[in-house]
Amino acid sequence: MKIQGKVWKFGDNIDTDVIIPARFLNVSDKEILAKNCFADLRPEFGGSVAKGDIILGGSNFGCGSSREHAPLAIKTAGIGVIVAKSFARIFYRNAFNIGLPILESKEAVEAILDGDKVSVDLITGEITNVNKGVKYAANPIPDFMRAIIDAGGLVEYVKKQ
Amino acid sequence: MGMTITEKILAAHSGKNSVKPGDLLQAKVDLALANDVTAPLAIKVFYEVGRSDVFDREKIALVPDHFVPNKDIPSAAQAKIMRDFAGKHNIKHYFEVGDMGIEHVILPEKGLVIPGDLVIGADSHTCTYGAVGAFSTGVGSTDLGVIMATGEVWLKVPPTIKVVFKGTLQKWVGGKDLIIYLIGKLGVEGANYRAIEFTGPVVKELSIENRLTMSNMAIECGAKNGIFETDEITMNYIKDRTTRKPVIYKADPDAKYEREIIIDVTDIGPQVAWPHSPDNVKPVSESGSVKLDQVFIGSCTNGRLEDLAQAAEILKGRKRAEGLRLIVIPGSQLIYKQAIQQGIIETFLDAGATIGPPTCGPCLGGHMGILTKGERCASTSNRNFLGRMGDIGSEVYLVGPAVAAASAVLGRIGLPEEL
Ligand code: SF4
Repeated sequence: MKIQGKVWKFGDNIDTDVIIPARFLNVSDKEILAKNCFADLRPEFGGSVAKGDIILGGSNFGCGSSREHAPLAIKTAGIGVIVAKSFARIFYRNAFNIGLPILESKEAVEAILDGDKVSVDLITGEITNVNKGVKYAANPIPDFMRAIIDAGGLVEYVKKQ
Repeated sequence: MGMTITEKILAAHSGKNSVKPGDLLQAKVDLALANDVTAPLAIKVFYEVGRSDVFDREKIALVPDHFVPNKDIPSAAQAKIMRDFAGKHNIKHYFEVGDMGIEHVILPEKGLVIPGDLVIGADSHTCTYGAVGAFSTGVGSTDLGVIMATGEVWLKVPPTIKVVFKGTLQKWVGGKDLIIYLIGKLGVEGANYRAIEFTGPVVKELSIENRLTMSNMAIECGAKNGIFETDEITMNYIKDRTTRKPVIYKADPDAKYEREIIIDVTDIGPQVAWPHSPDNVKPVSESGSVKLDQVFIGSCTNGRLEDLAQAAEILKGRKRAEGLRLIVIPGSQLIYKQAIQQGIIETFLDAGATIGPPTCGPCLGGHMGILTKGERCASTSNRNFLGRMGDIGSEVYLVGPAVAAASAVLGRIGLPEEL
C-alpha cells in the first residue's frame, strides 16, 4: 500500500502535549481533536493537512503523556504515515494499536525537507522523495506489530484470537 | 541465567520460568487504571471488543483527577462517561469527587498496589508504582480498553539499566533532585524502552514518598518502568494498607543489566530542570536569578504529605513574595485531611498560599493555575514541555518541594539556605 503526500517536518522530542495540548482533552471526539492538532506549534496544521500527507519527526517522537488523543488527532487530520528517527515507547504502541502507520528512518528524516512531495510504500518500507527521485529504506516493522496492523488494529487482532 | 526484578515479575505474570530482554509476552494484569481523560476512549474500545463485562470488577481502578471537579461542560461529559461505566460494571475502585485524589497518589496510599504486582495504566506516570516493588507501566486507551475486557496485555521484556546511588545526601536533597539529576545525565530518550532498577545505599534509606517521586519520573527519560527492591521500608508502608500477600522479588546476583550507572550523591545539591525539557537540568546554585510569577506545590510527583510537610517547614513564619501566586494542591483527600490535622495547611494559608482540592490541576495545564504568555512558574510536577502549563510563551521550572517553598518566599528560584 502506497501513501503519497506533502511533508510536514518537525524536530526532535515532539511531545504529545504539543501534538494535542491538554486544554483540548476535555473531549474525545476525534474530529475536534484533529482540528486542534499542533494548535500551538503549527496552528495551520489542523485545517490544511491533505489526506495522505506525511509527518517527518526527529528522535523520540511522541514522548510524554500516554494520551492516545495524539495519534488519533494526527490520523484523523489525514496523515497517512509518520516517519521519524525514533519514537517514544507509548506513542509507538498507540500508533499501531489504532492503525496509524509509523516507520523509522534516520536517513529519510535528515534528507527530506518540509513541504517535499514524498511517497511511502508501507509494505516494503521504501520512502521516495518524489521531487528528487531519491529513495530511502525504513527499519523493518517487527513481526508482532505487523500482525496487529494486518488485523486492522489491536481491537480486531484481539477479536480474531 | 539470572533475572532482574522486572524480568521476574514479567515471567511470573506470563506463566514462564524465565524471560529475557526482547521476549514478547502475554501477561496477566493485577490492576488496570484509567482517568477521566483516558477512560472515555478506553471504554469505547472495551465495547468494540465485544465482551459483555469487565474481566474483574475488583482489578480496575478508575480515577477522575485531571479535569475534576469538572472544569467545564465537555469535561463534565467525559467524567460522566467514566462514572456511568463504573456504576454499570460495579467497578470497586472508582473514586468520586470528595473521595478522590491524583491516581498515582491514591493507589499506593490505599494499598491497591503492592510488591510483585503487575499494573498497567492509561497514564504515562503509571510507572510510579515501581517504588513499592511492582512492575507498572503506562499505555494508551486502546490497550487499556482491551485489558478491561481480557485482563491481559502484550509486553516486550525490556533490558534493564541499573542505577546505583551512593554517598551522603545533602540537606534539602530528596528523590526529586536525584531523579532529575539522573534524567539530566541520561537525556529524555536515554532509557527509552528500558527498565530502570534504582539501587544503592542511598535509596535503601529513602522513604516510600521519595521513591514514588523517583519512579514517577522514570518515563521522563523514556523508561518503561523504574523499580526498587522491596525492603523493610516498603513492608512497613504497605502493612496496614492491604490484606493481600505481597510477593517479594530480588534481582539474582548474576542478573544481566544492559548498563550500570553509578552516581555519587555527595556533591549533588538541589536541582532544577529548566524549560522546556526535563533533561535540561542544572544545580539550583547555578541558576542565577530566575524571577517567578507562580509556584505550584502538588502533582503525582510531589503532592504527598511528606512533600507538603517539607515545604511547610520552610514556609513557617514566612510569606510568599509580593506579586507571586503560591498554589498548593494536596494529592489526595487523606493527605488534605492529615495536612489540616498537622497544621500544614494553616502554615500555607498564613504564607499566602491558595489551596486547591486534590486534583491534577495546573500540572498538565488543566485548570486552577494556567500560565499566560511570559509567565514563569516553579513547579514540583514532572513535565516542563513547551506550553505544558498554559501558553507556549510561558515557562515551567521543575524543582523539589524544598526549593519550591524557598523560591515562593524569594520570588525567584533559590535555595532554603538563602532565606
Ligand atoms: S498530576 Fe500531572 S503528571 Fe500526575 S497524573 Fe495528573 S496530570 Fe499527570
